[in-house]
Amino acid sequence: MTLSINDVKQVAHLAYIKVSEEEAEAALSQLSGIFKLIESMQAVDTSHVEPMSHAQDLVQRLREDKITESDKSDLCQSIAPQVENGLYLVPKVIE
Amino acid sequence: MFNDSLKQLSERLVNREISSVELTTEFLRRIGKLNPQYNAFITVDEEKSLTQARDADQKIAAGEIGPLTGIPIAQKDIFCAKDWLTTCGSKMLSNFVSPYDADVIERFNQAGAINIGKTNMDEFAMGSSNETSYFGPVRNPWDAAAVPGGSSGGSACAVAARMAPAATGTDTGGSIRQPAALCGISGIKPTYGVVSRYGMIAFASSLDQGGPMAKSAEDLALMLNVMTGFDERDSTSLQREKEDYGRDLNKPLSGLRIGLPREYFAKGMSSDVEKAIEQALDEYRRLGAETVEVALPNSPLSIPVYYVLAPAEASSNLSRFDGVRYGYRAQTFQDLAEMYRNTRAEGFGAEVKRRILIGTYVLSHGYYDAYYIKAQKLRRLIAQDFKEAFKQCDVIMGPTTPAVAFDLGEKSSDPIQMYLSDIYTSATNLAGLPGMSIPVGFGDKMRPVGLHIIGDYFSEARMLNIAHQYQLITDWHQRAPDL
Repeated sequence: MTLSINDVKQVAHLAYIKVSEEEAEAALSQLSGIFKLIESMQAVDTSHVEPMSHAQDLVQRLREDKITESDKSDLCQSIAPQVENGLYLVPKVIE
Repeated sequence: MFNDSLKQLSERLVNREISSVELTTEFLRRIGKLNPQYNAFITVDEEKSLTQARDADQKIAAGEIGPLTGIPIAQKDIFCAKDWLTTCGSKMLSNFVSPYDADVIERFNQAGAINIGKTNMDEFAMGSSNETSYFGPVRNPWDAAAVPGGSSGGSACAVAARMAPAATGTDTGGSIRQPAALCGISGIKPTYGVVSRYGMIAFASSLDQGGPMAKSAEDLALMLNVMTGFDERDSTSLQREKEDYGRDLNKPLSGLRIGLPREYFAKGMSSDVEKAIEQALDEYRRLGAETVEVALPNSPLSIPVYYVLAPAEASSNLSRFDGVRYGYRAQTFQDLAEMYRNTRAEGFGAEVKRRILIGTYVLSHGYYDAYYIKAQKLRRLIAQDFKEAFKQCDVIMGPTTPAVAFDLGEKSSDPIQMYLSDIYTSATNLAGLPGMSIPVGFGDKMRPVGLHIIGDYFSEARMLNIAHQYQLITDWHQRAPDL
């Protein structure tokens, strides 16, 4: 598999990270090397292996549907970049 | 006093030889003297530490004393601590004062321990040299030209340089064990799920695990006793009986079967490291252990598998950093999407961005099966290798790292070389097994060598026993750089 500069730009777009032309070029050469290393996985036949997503075979715990947290919105908003009347401010989305 | 064990420090406090305020002041002074050169701490807050020390002194006066009451502990800056700057080594969180405590921090507070400061680390725990920190690299106290390892490099440096009696770390692919090895201290990553991840800033959630870093196995046991336990706020926290990790420290090792994976001893290990490891194994044979060869045939794939799974989980976890609710926000942007893009471009460092890009790619349409699912299947084979190996042995040993600490700048421009320094450690995270590193001598340029001990699930008490028995007949763990 070979990565192209457009792949890098597309992935950066999906990841919401702005990259300059220069950064994309640098990332391309580094990512290509890393994917070459990753390619070595393909040498092993895993057709009869179940994927392992987690270290422990856990069943998700359930709890009663009741409020356990107190209202900490003021505390949490005290460290926000911009708030007004209890709302987080971001640039206008809808004209 | 700076070389005292946790037990010795506690005895001094109980016997009123020294107060917690005095002890804390001594360590703060040492940090003040050494930190400008070694950069082990991102945040030191004398007033906060001394307030805790005064409370501890009151507890001690009232006879309410536990093993860590009044003792200063350095906290990796990945653990959220209420009212403390908690940066995770990133510009993205360079202004983040945590509104809450991590479970681990709560447990140390309840034990009456003193938070002596927040330690430096690779940005978002992504790195093996501490060079990716936004707050500058940490230096190895044995040789200031060398890296301390990473990502818990600040914690390892703080303990090795005796700026703190013990510290916390986290380990996703080797981030406790590798810096412990490179700085000549002891560190253990417990079985996945034993230490709560609540308030521990997430990197790769199925691999991340907190653990202690200290001078000796005996100290690690006391730290683990405080750090571990069920926490309902972490959905992967295990519901188990509380255990005393120091209960088996004094058991003899006769009959112990040590598995030596032929893949770890075949090639790749430098000769100075090999020599120190062989000497340590000889000591174990003298202690009554026998060694058997075992096979971990899929272990060479642990690095590629790790570098698919960890970035995949990271790309998802780090999507929360968008400049809206907390942390850094870019100054200039035209619209919401550009605010996200600029914030993340400016707030994340190069290595973090690289891993987000890898993770986003392997999770994207058309590549998910070829990379992500493939890696998860290999993860199972890697875990099964260990299961087979543990039929023939009680514990696995090998080198923690292929070589001693490298120089600052030596690998920082070559990500793959950097990734390979975790070649022996990341498989245990993939399997969820406990792993530890203890100092067993010195290699080239008098830089420390670490012995890697991998145990079966929940065998931490046995591993600490195995490390402690070695530390009773050797003094590598008591060596400290002359600073």
